Amino acid sequence: MTDSASSKLIQGRTGPWEIVLGLEVHAQVASNAKLFSGAAVGFGAGPNEQVSLVDAAMPGMLPVINRHCVEQAVRTGLGLKAQINLKSRFDRKNYFYPDLPQGYQISQFKDPIVGEGEIEVERDDGTTFTVRIERLHLEQDAGKSLHDQDPNFTYVDLNRAGTALMEIVSRPDMRSSDEAAAYVKKLRTILLYLGTCDGDMEKGNLRADVNVSVRRPGGELGTRCEIKNVNSYRYIQQAIEYEARRQIEILEDGGKIDQETRLFDPGKGETRSMRSKEEAHDYRYFPDPDLLPLELDPAWVKAIQYSLPELPDAKKARLQSQYGLSAYDAGVLVTEAARADLYEAAVVGHDPKLMANTVTQSVLTFANATGAEVTAAGAGHITVAMLSEYAQLIEDGVISSKIAKEVFERMAAGEGDPKAIVEKHGLVQVTDTGAIEAAVDKIIAANPDKAAAVKDKPQAIGWFVGQVMRETGGKANPAAVNDILKAKLGVAE
Amino acid sequence: MASLTSLTLKGALDGLASGAFSAVELTQAHVEAVEAARPLNAFVLETPEKALEMARASDSRRARGEAGRLDGAPLGIKDLFCTEGVRSTACSKILGDFVPTYESTVSANLFRDGAVMLGKLNMDEFAMGSSNETSAFGAVVNPWRAAGSNQALTPGGSSGGSAAAVAADLCLGATATDTGGSIRQPAAFTGTVGIKPTYGRCSRWGVAAFASSLDQAGPIAKTVEDAAILLTSMAGHDPKDSTSLPVETPDFAAFVGKSVKGLRVGVPKEYRVDGMPPEIEQLWAKGVEWLRDAGCEIVEVSLPHTKYALPAYYIVAPAEASSNLARYDGMRYGLRADGANLTEVYENTRAAGFGDEVKRRILIGTYVLSAGYYDAYYLKAQKVRRRIADDFDRAWESCDALLTPTAPSAAFGLGERQADPIAMYLNDVFTVTTNLAGLPSMSVPAGLDAGGLPLGLQLIGKALDEGTLFSLAGAVERAAGFRAKAQRWW
Repeated sequence: MTDSASSKLIQGRTGPWEIVLGLEVHAQVASNAKLFSGAAVGFGAGPNEQVSLVDAAMPGMLPVINRHCVEQAVRTGLGLKAQINLKSRFDRKNYFYPDLPQGYQISQFKDPIVGEGEIEVERDDGTTFTVRIERLHLEQDAGKSLHDQDPNFTYVDLNRAGTALMEIVSRPDMRSSDEAAAYVKKLRTILLYLGTCDGDMEKGNLRADVNVSVRRPGGELGTRCEIKNVNSYRYIQQAIEYEARRQIEILEDGGKIDQETRLFDPGKGETRSMRSKEEAHDYRYFPDPDLLPLELDPAWVKAIQYSLPELPDAKKARLQSQYGLSAYDAGVLVTEAARADLYEAAVVGHDPKLMANTVTQSVLTFANATGAEVTAAGAGHITVAMLSEYAQLIEDGVISSKIAKEVFERMAAGEGDPKAIVEKHGLVQVTDTGAIEAAVDKIIAANPDKAAAVKDKPQAIGWFVGQVMRETGGKANPAAVNDILKAKLGVAE
Repeated sequence: MASLTSLTLKGALDGLASGAFSAVELTQAHVEAVEAARPLNAFVLETPEKALEMARASDSRRARGEAGRLDGAPLGIKDLFCTEGVRSTACSKILGDFVPTYESTVSANLFRDGAVMLGKLNMDEFAMGSSNETSAFGAVVNPWRAAGSNQALTPGGSSGGSAAAVAADLCLGATATDTGGSIRQPAAFTGTVGIKPTYGRCSRWGVAAFASSLDQAGPIAKTVEDAAILLTSMAGHDPKDSTSLPVETPDFAAFVGKSVKGLRVGVPKEYRVDGMPPEIEQLWAKGVEWLRDAGCEIVEVSLPHTKYALPAYYIVAPAEASSNLARYDGMRYGLRADGANLTEVYENTRAAGFGDEVKRRILIGTYVLSAGYYDAYYLKAQKVRRRIADDFDRAWESCDALLTPTAPSAAFGLGERQADPIAMYLNDVFTVTTNLAGLPSMSVPAGLDAGGLPLGLQLIGKALDEGTLFSLAGAVERAAGFRAKAQRWW
């Protein structure tokens, strides 16, 4: 067993346990219209304002597939390096609930539009693992039951009813809550790159059903429980941790796990039983006779393939080879396509490492602190042109790294172009050797003992550098200060 | 003006075109006939004011020279079709007083061409039945009675109201739907013409669904030509129905009267069933002779899987129905019965809203789709369905159309078969096959039985070949010289 494998084990009273995780991610398809009705899709409309006759399941209403949603599913499948099934089919999943007007959900049960694929996922320590995708299928979302509007009544909002979802089912290839979260993050990044889902977890546009089981390391798979509808990375991790502990305790007490569907309560950080296997619905799946089998033209699929953007893994590899960036820097940049785009727009004509630091540290710190959105054009007040000018000032030795920090902060605060900031605040680095020499002479004269000691202990020169920098208000070019000090103090190169 | 109601659709359209009478006069005559015929219970909703308003609009269109193909023709609309602003219930209590905000594509097509709506026609609840006895509004009474008898007879079903209204001259034609014979069997029982077109010819949009893969709309009319005129207006590709065929609609009336010389007509030997009255057998033989005399080549064909059609149908249709009717849950429209919790509301609503036959089919459908039974029933039935379609494909190698009886009996007495669902289902034995295969088929009145009740012959055609059916049906109609009308007793 490798170190990284053993570190993921959970220690129980009776020995170590391994968690086995598979996820079903529901991603709302980025589309202006619903999967079968043509009604608008959007957040923030008043209750039941985005409901067509089809969504409300009026008598005689029929579904018509939305071509754009199909294209988005194919695009996603291609992005997951998955098999695209040129012939797929829609089935009805039958059950009664007030937020399900038809009395059935149109889904794909037997023949999904996308088959097997895989995703390469990075762990926090930089190592990677592969999660196999079992399938992706299209289905309708249900409406929303509102139980908190009235003590005696439940209200139903059908705005979401009929919205297109992609259900992306993974194989049980994750072994820790960190891995599960990393998988969802990576999946979300790919969806955002593809433009097939807005990835907004707070609005429930990306949510996961988590299948959790535990086993002795390398042993037979245990019985799983499915935790429904978890909609943040933190909740996914909490739910898994709680559920794994719960299962281990049962097993260590000599009990057995009942296969069931559970709900995560974010308030209590617990999962609780929703329905047992015996109570599971018989969904009576059968092919929806209102819809023809979905047949895709291979040329159309190919055209979508050609239109795919560069995806995170490919982009990362290219940034590393094209700009000589570290895996870490490249990884941070490709987390969002916009970051990498910003980087590539600003790096032209500049030191790639310097610009990588500028974007991954200065820009992202600023963006995180202020909530400014990073786009290919910049972040907040910061533009590509400013970043370019800023790098140029550093590369030309006009500003030191210390001054650079101040210039960046002022630039981010909206004070304008870096050059103007430098001029306005007199932040130009002193490279005038005469001025530096004067400062050096003054410090040496004031500290004859220390000057003498440096000859025996060359590393003490650092103290002089600090003094000179202070004397010059931080504007002196550190390299020039070093050179002059060495000459005057008689320190060998 | 009483004679206006005895006109055929074609005759009435000619009269309107020549100015012999106005649409208002024609409509008024039919409105009065409808009112006078309430004992038939053919209409569940009369809309005389709307009809006269539409007729006035028609007259002014005609005056402006903008008359459409059906302008001014008063029709009845089966209650399964949703009609904008007019109560549409599928003759079920569960829809209560539901008034759609939309117009079904088929009725909209008819109104686009100028048709006038007299009201909504009675039918079996959700089109489930073969005698019109499952309607929440009560049975329709067939205008026909056996000679010397006062016994009330069924007009057939599920389009019993449509067939009775046309047969009794209450309207010039009617919309109907056919899932397993619901156009053709009532047409046969009432001496009218009914055609179920190729699956996908007529849009299902706005028609309350019974069994989506089988349901097709079509007309019931007084003559073959009238049926052709109506179907030409009703049909057409509708992007709102994914199963609607993207094909042009020919002028079907142009096929009526065309020579049938040289057409090969198949006679399937499997359509002889035990207990079928000899009169039907004889009428079938007569039909064969008529077509031979008209120049057709008669060939014996075999459709070996015919005997499996009825069982397969009674699995597929209820399966789809059990899902299609799930939307009637008391949550958004129609009937709602109270209950202590959600499950009780569902149970009470559906218990109170659906009649026995609908409940029976929902239960059968739920059963055949349930885990562990799906393969044995639903999947097997779908395989049978494929075989039946293959049978027809093989038959087309040696013939262009088929001639069979429409139903295994003439109209029977109301109440006679209600207690025995299986006996009732046997009515559909000759008709369900074409629903399963999606083929066009048509019933033409061809004669009377010993009791003086009408009998029909069925013509079955290749997909999208309704034209040939109209030509053949025209030939049968001419040869049969069927002129009998129900003697008015109401």
